[in-house]
Amino acid sequence: QESEPENKLDGETASDSESKSEFGGSSPVPSSDDTPEVLNRALSNLSSRWKNWWVRGILTLAMITFFFIIIYLGPMVLMTIVMCVQIKCFHEIITIGYNVYHSYDLPWFRTLSWYFLLCVNYFFYGETVTDYFFTLVQREEPLRILSKYHRFISFALYLTGFCMFVLSLVKKHYRLQFYMFGWTHVTLLIVVTQSHLIIHNLFEGMIWFIVPISCVICNDIMAYMFGFFFGRTPLIKLSPKKTWEGFIGGFFSTVLFGLLLSYVMSGYRCFTCPVEFNNDTNSFTVDCEPSELFQLQEYNIPVLLQSVVGWKTVRMYPFQIHSIALSTFASLIGPFGGFFASGFKRAFKIKDFANTIPGHGGIMDRFDCQYLMATFVNVYIASFIRGPNPSKLIQQFLTLRPDQQLHIFNTLKAHLVDRGILGSLEDA
Amino acid sequence: MSARRRRRAAAEQEEEEEEEEAAEAGSDKEVDLEERLHELDLRSDSDIPDVPPPTDSTPEILKRALSGLSARWKNWWIRGILSLAMISGFFLIIYLGSFMLMLLVLSIQVKCYHEIITIGYRVYHSYDLPWFRSLSWYFLLCVNYFFYGETVADYFATFVQRREQLQFLIRYHRFISFALYLTGFCMFVLSLVKKHYRLQFYMFAWTHVTLLITVTQSHLVIQNLFEGMIWFLVPISSVICNDITAYIFGFFFGRTPLIKLSPKKTWEGFIGGFFSTVVFGFIFSYFLAQHQYFVCPVEYNSETNRFVTECEPSELFQMKKYSVPPLLQAVLGWETVNMYPFQMHSFALSTFASLIGPFGGFFASGFKRAFKIKDFADTIPGHGGIMDRFDCQYLMATFVHVYITSFIRGPNPSKLLKQLLILQPEQQLSVYKTLKSHLVEKGILQPSLRG
Repeated sequence: QESEPENKLDGETASDSESKSEFGGSSPVPSSDDTPEVLNRALSNLSSRWKNWWVRGILTLAMITFFFIIIYLGPMVLMTIVMCVQIKCFHEIITIGYNVYHSYDLPWFRTLSWYFLLCVNYFFYGETVTDYFFTLVQREEPLRILSKYHRFISFALYLTGFCMFVLSLVKKHYRLQFYMFGWTHVTLLIVVTQSHLIIHNLFEGMIWFIVPISCVICNDIMAYMFGFFFGRTPLIKLSPKKTWEGFIGGFFSTVLFGLLLSYVMSGYRCFTCPVEFNNDTNSFTVDCEPSELFQLQEYNIPVLLQSVVGWKTVRMYPFQIHSIALSTFASLIGPFGGFFASGFKRAFKIKDFANTIPGHGGIMDRFDCQYLMATFVNVYIASFIRGPNPSKLIQQFLTLRPDQQLHIFNTLKAHLVDRGILGSLEDA
Repeated sequence: MSARRRRRAAAEQEEEEEEEEAAEAGSDKEVDLEERLHELDLRSDSDIPDVPPPTDSTPEILKRALSGLSARWKNWWIRGILSLAMISGFFLIIYLGSFMLMLLVLSIQVKCYHEIITIGYRVYHSYDLPWFRSLSWYFLLCVNYFFYGETVADYFATFVQRREQLQFLIRYHRFISFALYLTGFCMFVLSLVKKHYRLQFYMFAWTHVTLLITVTQSHLVIQNLFEGMIWFLVPISSVICNDITAYIFGFFFGRTPLIKLSPKKTWEGFIGGFFSTVVFGFIFSYFLAQHQYFVCPVEYNSETNRFVTECEPSELFQMKKYSVPPLLQAVLGWETVNMYPFQMHSFALSTFASLIGPFGGFFASGFKRAFKIKDFADTIPGHGGIMDRFDCQYLMATFVHVYITSFIRGPNPSKLLKQLLILQPEQQLSVYKTLKSHLVEKGILQPSLRG
């Protein structure tokens, strides 16, 4: 019984400091202990196994507290944090690439990687900023030009980087340089697109940011707990410490947690309203009439559950139904992101992505499951929740040619008459 | 040479160190010979065995016809004949219409993808990786499904409106595409096999980068095509013309090498090619701009179930008088000239094709040297694979697309319409009212007495 908990002490990352070293001479990650001195002293008398457990626990609480603080501080701070996390993840993965390929001394390569990161961020921020800050952009002349030719400017910037890459190819290092080029692009694809999707979700309403992220975190912790106490059957060869008991227990707890968290959050406007930029006060505001999703409704409980729960109807927010979908995804598919990262670490023989967080590893280690979640939430919102933005459509309409405008107007009119929304005799 | 030997020695030394440490590490991490060999691969370019030179796939008939000539001229003739054959094939397909062109673009895309993936298999000796071939083709299918759904749905809006099942597919298109992709992703994770992790990750990344390059570009080409065949023909012809004229100028006047990557390119060829391509672009656009067939956006006619290109030519394709700048007046002797505005745009397109397009070629050359292959494949005798012919086109397709969206047209009307139609009824009504008041204000719509 004593040996079992020892094996299950860790979740995502490879075994703790007691295990044998896994990497060869070219270890990319220095294995020094960077736990803060304070913690070291406070826990000095415990055995090293419990010490590790405590360090992880304390850091987990610290991260969760930090999360709450920045939520309190508002959307602007959240956006900045997302951006910092993105840059740090990019840096971690690129550094692994350098270490794997011993390519520190490749000419230009560091500069080019950061340059590409800048280009892609510029492109994405330009696309989002133009939508949300529309009036601000229209007012300032330089911003207006930048936004009108945005795609062209971004493409020109990217091309410059591409040409610099081609010119930097050096005879003996072609393969390495192509590898690093590929590595950079795949990293950009994963890290940057996802962080921008997170920001899109955030603008939809903070609840769309907080609930998914919390579900993933909850699933991590719950699966670990269930695995710790009840774990017996291994789940997948890739991560030998995951168990089916942890997986299923995590699933049910996360769904329940999602329902409860959504119930609490749906009551507050600051979480459910889309984030808007107020031109007069030049700040973000979250003030609106809550949409139907966030208004309590009566639901009939299916007959099966009636006997269990004892109620005939229940008052719930429609959003809670969506939260079931989000939690399900977080528990069932989210872990695949974690397995992918585990496979990646084994493939390149690294223990952790980096050493940023004591006891946990790098930022990527904490965020590996979040990535699939961000894309899922974004696709979910676009498909099931909101349609296109009407004011944006009107703006686009106004830039068309008159004959195109007329054609669209007539088609829309025919469609509305067809559906009976507009009576054919009405002069609206 | 000594650098190579030193690196080899260093690699061997590191290999020894790693072996010692791996032996200490215990049974968990057995040193895999295959993995170590691959590590060696990564450190020095020269350790990779050359891929055997592709077999000669020239058709028998050509061989007999040219059997009398010396080897150098024979190669020249084969290249020449195949070039003419490809150009004729190109004209034939243009004549056959937009639908055939779309099919052609799709086939080229699939073939390019296949060529690059095959190179990946050879480089990593990964033919026998479990699942990997199926997964690569599956991802190609997913990404194509996503892109075709986004573009095609816009253009076939009326066709789609009539069929219920298609409506469902269009409405939830992104979700369905994402679900398909996720399935592939999960299959990949489940297919990870202990000794082959690194290889599998490499092939995964290789597949994704290839998809990024080939599939997105081919869809941009199709979007350009729908804008008007001229936006498809002029850029592609400019790149081909630049290829050929740079080669000819280099052949006759070439002296100063251009870049170490491609030792046969010369500055004379580069500059000569630039000027010829610009002139060619001007003249070619002049001829194409006169025919509705090339100039009009491609539309799908639901009654005849065919593509039609019929419209009122936009301003771009109507002759205008331009004053010739004083410098050129002295040279040409005219004061004004009648040109299509499109010819000014063709100037931008040709410039890009000549100055930046070649970088796509250099990139492909670097890639071939990096992985020690002579050609991408053997498909076209004398020329190599399809990728060899299309490497310069890729940057061009993206450039034309970005150019069109930035400078020529605004947002796509059919896409706008599609989005309007999926709004909530109340939103549609309010949008309708706003649009109506706007149109009346501008005098585009006469305010009527009823309805």
